[in-house]
Amino acid sequence: MADIRSYTMNFGPQHPAAHGVLRLVLEMEGETIRRADPHVGLLHRATEKLAESKPYNQSIGYMDRLDYVSMMCNEHGYVLAIEKLLGITPPRRAQYIRVMFDEVTRILNHLMWLGAHGLDVGAMTVFLYCFREREDLMDVYEAVSGARMHATYYRPGGVYRDLPERMPQYEASRFRSDKDLKDLNAARQGSLLDFLEDFCERFPACVDEYETLLTDNRIWKQRLVGIGVVSPERALELGFTGPMLRGSGVEWDLRRKQPYEVYDELDFRIPLGTNGDCYDRYLVRVEEMRQSCRIVKQCIDWLRQHPGPVMLGDHKIVPPSREEMKDDMESMIHHFKLFTEGYTVPAGEAYAAVEAPKGEFGCYLISDGANKPYRLKVRAPGFTHLAAMDEMASGHMLADVVALIGTQDIVFGEIDR
Amino acid sequence: MSDALDGLLERLRERFGDRIVSACQDVGELTIESRASDLLEMMTALRDEEPFRFEQLTDLCGVDYAAYGQGEWITEQASNAGFSRGVQGNNFARLGLTGIYGTDTIESNTGRRFAAVYHLLSVTHNHRLRVRVFCEDDNFPVVPSVIDIWAGVNWFEREAFDLYGIIFEGHPDLRRLLTDYGFIGHPFRKDFPLIGNVEVRYNEEKGRVVYEPVSIEPRVLVPRVVRQDSRYADDDRPQEDAGNG
Repeated sequence: MADIRSYTMNFGPQHPAAHGVLRLVLEMEGETIRRADPHVGLLHRATEKLAESKPYNQSIGYMDRLDYVSMMCNEHGYVLAIEKLLGITPPRRAQYIRVMFDEVTRILNHLMWLGAHGLDVGAMTVFLYCFREREDLMDVYEAVSGARMHATYYRPGGVYRDLPERMPQYEASRFRSDKDLKDLNAARQGSLLDFLEDFCERFPACVDEYETLLTDNRIWKQRLVGIGVVSPERALELGFTGPMLRGSGVEWDLRRKQPYEVYDELDFRIPLGTNGDCYDRYLVRVEEMRQSCRIVKQCIDWLRQHPGPVMLGDHKIVPPSREEMKDDMESMIHHFKLFTEGYTVPAGEAYAAVEAPKGEFGCYLISDGANKPYRLKVRAPGFTHLAAMDEMASGHMLADVVALIGTQDIVFGEIDR
Repeated sequence: MSDALDGLLERLRERFGDRIVSACQDVGELTIESRASDLLEMMTALRDEEPFRFEQLTDLCGVDYAAYGQGEWITEQASNAGFSRGVQGNNFARLGLTGIYGTDTIESNTGRRFAAVYHLLSVTHNHRLRVRVFCEDDNFPVVPSVIDIWAGVNWFEREAFDLYGIIFEGHPDLRRLLTDYGFIGHPFRKDFPLIGNVEVRYNEEKGRVVYEPVSIEPRVLVPRVVRQDSRYADDDRPQEDAGNG
């Protein structure tokens, strides 16, 4: 019998299936993995330390860049922690807008995940399909904040501005026929809410399309069923959250269990897996997209009927409007103070968590009463998931590592921070 | 919510007595402080015993309290050199430098500089708890590792070791996690400069990447200000600088 030599293999840091910059040192025995040692930190930007050196509001933009495929959910966690310390609650309309965008972000994230996961496992078409819908949601981001990805839209005390009355349209160009242009702009004739409503009408059929391609696909099932099984008890011990935990059958969703904003008024369901393998986590995420779509619809209905302010009027925290500033001395002073110094936050500490698409995204803030945080700790969901890579991958084949990275929905922006 | 927290605090006090150094309930969150020597026993009880059942450790984070409450902008009277004084800050990198690069030492109370903060979550009872443990020795901060209680803490402890230099006794694999291979120092300590100590570039002549001392200047646009805003004023604090109008 021939000797099987064990050897060490380097996976990444520039491997297309590594989802960014993951260096995975694999100890192999033949093609079986004995130990997986992820080396992370290649994207470490010390966001938390940077935040210590800036006034509170100036770090909101950094939060987008943590988990760069679920931007607004990160902002949400940070803004909630500040609001908790300040003891303020944003207006209802702002809360609904936030929830709506959290769910838009969840769909964005899951689309990215589904496309990339499909691509890793060998299904090219899903990627193209997913990006088709992602594009529409990116446009929604752009319409509301001016940026397709890094929105910096949430603020302590509300959101930066109200939803636009007019959805931006494609412009004529010589590369586009008039008919194409008309088709592209067909859904963009009204406001942002109209566009989003149209999207929500279309989207469930799109999810059906992804499912047609994958759910009963023989290759997809062969690659995912029974891979990376985690028992519910072990998932809790390992600190799993989000779809990783629900895929193992633990019913735990912060939106339901510790509701923030207006989630307790909305009707949605929490999908659960039973086997705790990659395939169940796939099913959970796909169903979450459908549920998010439902939530967005409910938010649209509410927002249509309830116009109102989207920011608090407390100018010690929220800057006054341009017009006010022009002819009111007090407003000008507030503006000056807020933009040169920022607001000070009462001493204390707070931990605020949101159910981000990947799991529990938490911000732990310590304030010593200054205009900058004393310490900000970002609790990123992917961090604990990747830490369990060794346990999940041991005993599997090399090709399964790719499926595992996919199922964990790894994004290095949040893991390395 | 706060009733539930009161109840939890009461049960904690009943169970642990004076092993809880201090407890505080603020913004709907409960924080207790424990001693490093009691930590393992307490954490095991918190996980296993019925009224607590904290199955999950959500987060572990290191904190360096060396500069707590220090502003860079102490305006007792108006000054014509105000802004530049604020911009210069107290010192290079906002604080005196210590350690291998340093000249000054940080003044802080012994044993109150480094802390490890644990965030626990009970899925069964749906409550959260924050446990803070201060390290006994500032120069060699040590805390027992809870890795045998919650396996998920592995990387959190490695991170806190990497960034703050807190040693987790009993951790099987306490390596650096986030910083570069061969990195020197613990970057999240308050005496570590924001701009870092070294920068890298590719050297044509040597044909490899070289490390050099940082060439950029530290720059602060907004000085750190601690104000006692009258709305949040504590009665026991002196109000030197009330109002920010």
